[in-house]
Amino acid sequence: MFLIPCPYCGERDQSEFAYAYQAHVHRPKDPDRLTDKEWADFVFIRDNPKGVFAERWIHAAGCRRYFNLMRNTATDEILAVYRIDEPQPKVEPALPATPSGEAPIGSGNDAVKVVKPAERGS
Amino acid sequence: MSGYRLSDGGLTDRGTTLRFSFDGTAMSGHSGDTIASALLANGVRIVGRSFKYHRPRGLWGAWVEDPNGIVDVAWNGRTTPNLRATTEPLINGQEVRSVNAAPTAAGDRWRKLDLVSRFLPAGFYYKTFMWPRWERYEPRIRALAGLGRLDPGHEPAADCAQVNARCDLLVVGAGPAGLAAARAAAARGETVLLVDDQDAPGGALRWRGGTIAGSDWRDWAEDAVSTIKAAGGRVLFRTTAYGVYDHGLVCAWRRREAGPDQLWRIRPGRTLLAAGAIERPLTFADNDRPGVMSADAALRYLRLYAVVAGRRIAVATNNDAAYPVAAALAQAGADVSVLDSRDDSLAMAECALAVERNTLPSAALGQEDLTGVLAGDLRLEADTLLVSGGWTPTIHLWRHAGGGLRYDERLAAFLPEGGMPAMRVAGAANGAFGLAAALADGHAAGGDDGPAPPVGEGHASYAIRPAWPDPAGSGRAWIDQQSDVTVKDVALAAREGFRSVEHLKRYTTLGMATDQGKTSNMAGLAAMASITGRAIPEVGTTTFRPPYVPVPLPVIAGRRRGQLFNPPKRLELEGRHREAVAGLREYGGWLRPSWYGADGAAAIDAEARAARRAVGLLDASPLGKIEVIGPDAAALLDFECYNRVSTLKVGRARYVLMLTEAGIVYDDGVVMRLAEDRFIVSCSSAHVAGVRMRLEEWRQDRFDPARVFIHDATAHWATIAATGPKSRDLLEATLPALPRQALDLAHMAVTETALDDAPLRIARVSFTGERSYELSVPQSAAAALWDRLTAGLATLGGCRLGLEALLILRAEKGYPIIGKDTDGLTMPHDLGMTGPMKKREDEFAGRRALFTPQARGADRRQLVGLAVDESAEPLPTGAHGYAPSGGRRRSIGYVTSSYLSPELGRPIALALIENGRERLGERIPLVHLDATFEAMVTSPVAYDPAGMRLDA
Repeated sequence: MFLIPCPYCGERDQSEFAYAYQAHVHRPKDPDRLTDKEWADFVFIRDNPKGVFAERWIHAAGCRRYFNLMRNTATDEILAVYRIDEPQPKVEPALPATPSGEAPIGSGNDAVKVVKPAERGS
Repeated sequence: MSGYRLSDGGLTDRGTTLRFSFDGTAMSGHSGDTIASALLANGVRIVGRSFKYHRPRGLWGAWVEDPNGIVDVAWNGRTTPNLRATTEPLINGQEVRSVNAAPTAAGDRWRKLDLVSRFLPAGFYYKTFMWPRWERYEPRIRALAGLGRLDPGHEPAADCAQVNARCDLLVVGAGPAGLAAARAAAARGETVLLVDDQDAPGGALRWRGGTIAGSDWRDWAEDAVSTIKAAGGRVLFRTTAYGVYDHGLVCAWRRREAGPDQLWRIRPGRTLLAAGAIERPLTFADNDRPGVMSADAALRYLRLYAVVAGRRIAVATNNDAAYPVAAALAQAGADVSVLDSRDDSLAMAECALAVERNTLPSAALGQEDLTGVLAGDLRLEADTLLVSGGWTPTIHLWRHAGGGLRYDERLAAFLPEGGMPAMRVAGAANGAFGLAAALADGHAAGGDDGPAPPVGEGHASYAIRPAWPDPAGSGRAWIDQQSDVTVKDVALAAREGFRSVEHLKRYTTLGMATDQGKTSNMAGLAAMASITGRAIPEVGTTTFRPPYVPVPLPVIAGRRRGQLFNPPKRLELEGRHREAVAGLREYGGWLRPSWYGADGAAAIDAEARAARRAVGLLDASPLGKIEVIGPDAAALLDFECYNRVSTLKVGRARYVLMLTEAGIVYDDGVVMRLAEDRFIVSCSSAHVAGVRMRLEEWRQDRFDPARVFIHDATAHWATIAATGPKSRDLLEATLPALPRQALDLAHMAVTETALDDAPLRIARVSFTGERSYELSVPQSAAAALWDRLTAGLATLGGCRLGLEALLILRAEKGYPIIGKDTDGLTMPHDLGMTGPMKKREDEFAGRRALFTPQARGADRRQLVGLAVDESAEPLPTGAHGYAPSGGRRRSIGYVTSSYLSPELGRPIALALIENGRERLGERIPLVHLDATFEAMVTSPVAYDPAGMRLDA
């Protein structure tokens, strides 16, 4: 259960919020000029990164306002919270350190977080 | 029979005698005993049979680490399976039964199964349940394995409260490190929450003892607890912090002496983990014999319960921590000898007992019970063998939170590595072994830079010399007793390619039992390291996942069960409906009358007829009443709705659809315009929350939020619908004060007036095809209005209308229910509503998607009616229409609604059928399960196709 800092109300339990998907997905100004594929991409295709992700939430059982937050999807650390009319802030992409050097996409299995002998002192 | 209780000592209340039974044999214990300590005191050796091989098993540990003491406990007429004997308090009248054994643990009829163990290797189930027709023999093999038996009659009460708590510092573990940290933090004014799974403070001090700050440790511990409380903190005993979740949330299971358990959800500023360490076994042949026990556990049984584990005791160790155990048992009168893998050590030098140096057991002797120990050439008679293979820091919560580990060669243990802002580890869990080190570590972790409290002598040494499993050893040496995994199984896994520690775990089930490998994981990964020629840290650990101990599901479920699992919304008029013998069911989250009267089928029939012939009165309060207010309200609704709203005149209503951006019908409803800048969206009752959310998102995203507001008044207003040719008469007769123009309202017109000083909104909206009035009043005025209207029903031949009759009435008219008569592919033109998409040039949600090739395709499933013979049964809802296709049936759609129409006297049905409108008049075959049907495709409107009755 997340602890979400609503920019209007402060820290509240996740149960008060509803997820509203990726942030900064702008509805095309003139959909008629889009190809079918471009429209389908707008409707259906969203990023799903392992790492920093800007997403929209609504404080549904509170002020009922939408806002954006940036979350590290690998650790669920919330890096920034801002209004939906504000630009996306710059945050340090603190990706999880995986000694095995696994790719930024994948199962998220972080089982082996052990410092290996070879890495000692390096 | 070896364990016994001393005539005095221990912390149990000897004044109270508790009677219980084990496998049918009557026994007794004292208040303060665990089931395990009482069993040991009664001389029980075999507490259960192993999961796979039915080997005899005795108590190994004394607390959560024990892999063997799993019992079913019947008490108060109910059986709770798979309780852990070591942590379960003894209660008078408990009937304790061993698991995976019949009739008793000692006389188990499958005890010879172990003789064929070589046919049951690691991965046995994976290898076996794959032959043809494995399901035939699987149940019989399954019956040989497993743990407790479920009592179907035992449904625990939904009475576990869930408590939310905050604190500056959460300290997990009230041993020396935890107490020192909590005390230091509290002294600095912090609010501390200290939790510990035992029923008193002290941790291992409770059995290992010690002198702190010049006096008995109990004085110091008591002072620490008072300091915490004085600073506004709390101390919770019998409370296990079992998991760390998102953003530092810690969940704890609290057992109370009286009253149901609790789940604590704790949001600490910081967490300090001081959970101590767990003693490791030694690995040698038949090291699972009853009588082989953790040395620390034996001391715990002795000090807390005054129970001595055996009479002739051998202690085998590779570190100094077992020496106080040997000394204490010798003092208690046992005949104790010591085997030590090391040549010399501080504790060994001070030991008054005989010590066999450079010696460790190679095998346990005896069949069902231990008779001796083999150590190379040395043969030692013993009824009890206490082992200490070193200590494993309890860092589970640290790993839950994402903390790193490093392998410490000196301590031969994984220790926390690196920092985390919100969590620290202190004491033995942090590798600070021994009382002085643990106190100092905790003291500093609590934020005190000064010197830690001084301790007495004799607590400093550990000096482990690792003794990992020897893959070349002879016999069957157990690594995981609960999952029945031996060193040879690890070797087999490695040979078959399961070398990763995660693969090893899943293939052999090592560490996957209810003890989660607290005593076996280290030995398992060390064995794998040795077999594959790698260093222990190269093999690494498996992922630590919550919960740290098995937590009863009722604690996690709390009160969210039964009625409270997903509580329905309740109508203001529910009492009135109950008085009228309503059958209440849930519709779209609301508890609503299905019909009125005892005989449901007859009532539905009569209600549907009455609404067509006279008047029906419906509680339509769950209908959406979302107010959209402001200068941009019309523009917002134009965007939200498929149908144009801004052209609506004040005082008029319009039926609208709302689409997703994929062009799919999301909901329908009626939009009423009460003023230029004020609308009410009356969407379907099940979609109110969703429609409101959509409106909010558009409002905040695309519009000036200061120029349009959304207010969901659904729960504030009751709506009563009078429908039928005599609806006007009913209003006229029962509400004489109603202004004439309200009665004269045209279809799809709306007006606001007042009744008995309460506001009243009247809308001519019909969901039945009959003349209808929807009367909306504030909830406070609902009962009075309902009473007045129902009083006039009988004279007119009308009646109350339940939801089931309404569903028939609307189906007769072909009015779809979105989500029932439409699916995730249905677009407005599939319902025959093509006007807006042809005419509208402004933008609205989902418009672009209506002009894709898929949306324009010729094979779309369209809403139609289906007619069958008058005498036939109604079609099954869900039956598929099909077209023959290469000898097979290809679905061309399915029945979405099907009823027997009382008014028409024949079955009616709605269906989504491929290209349905071009098939009007065509007879199509349908199939449902094994039955086939035939029906004619018709217009969805079966009743009054011209719509004459709306103004009848």
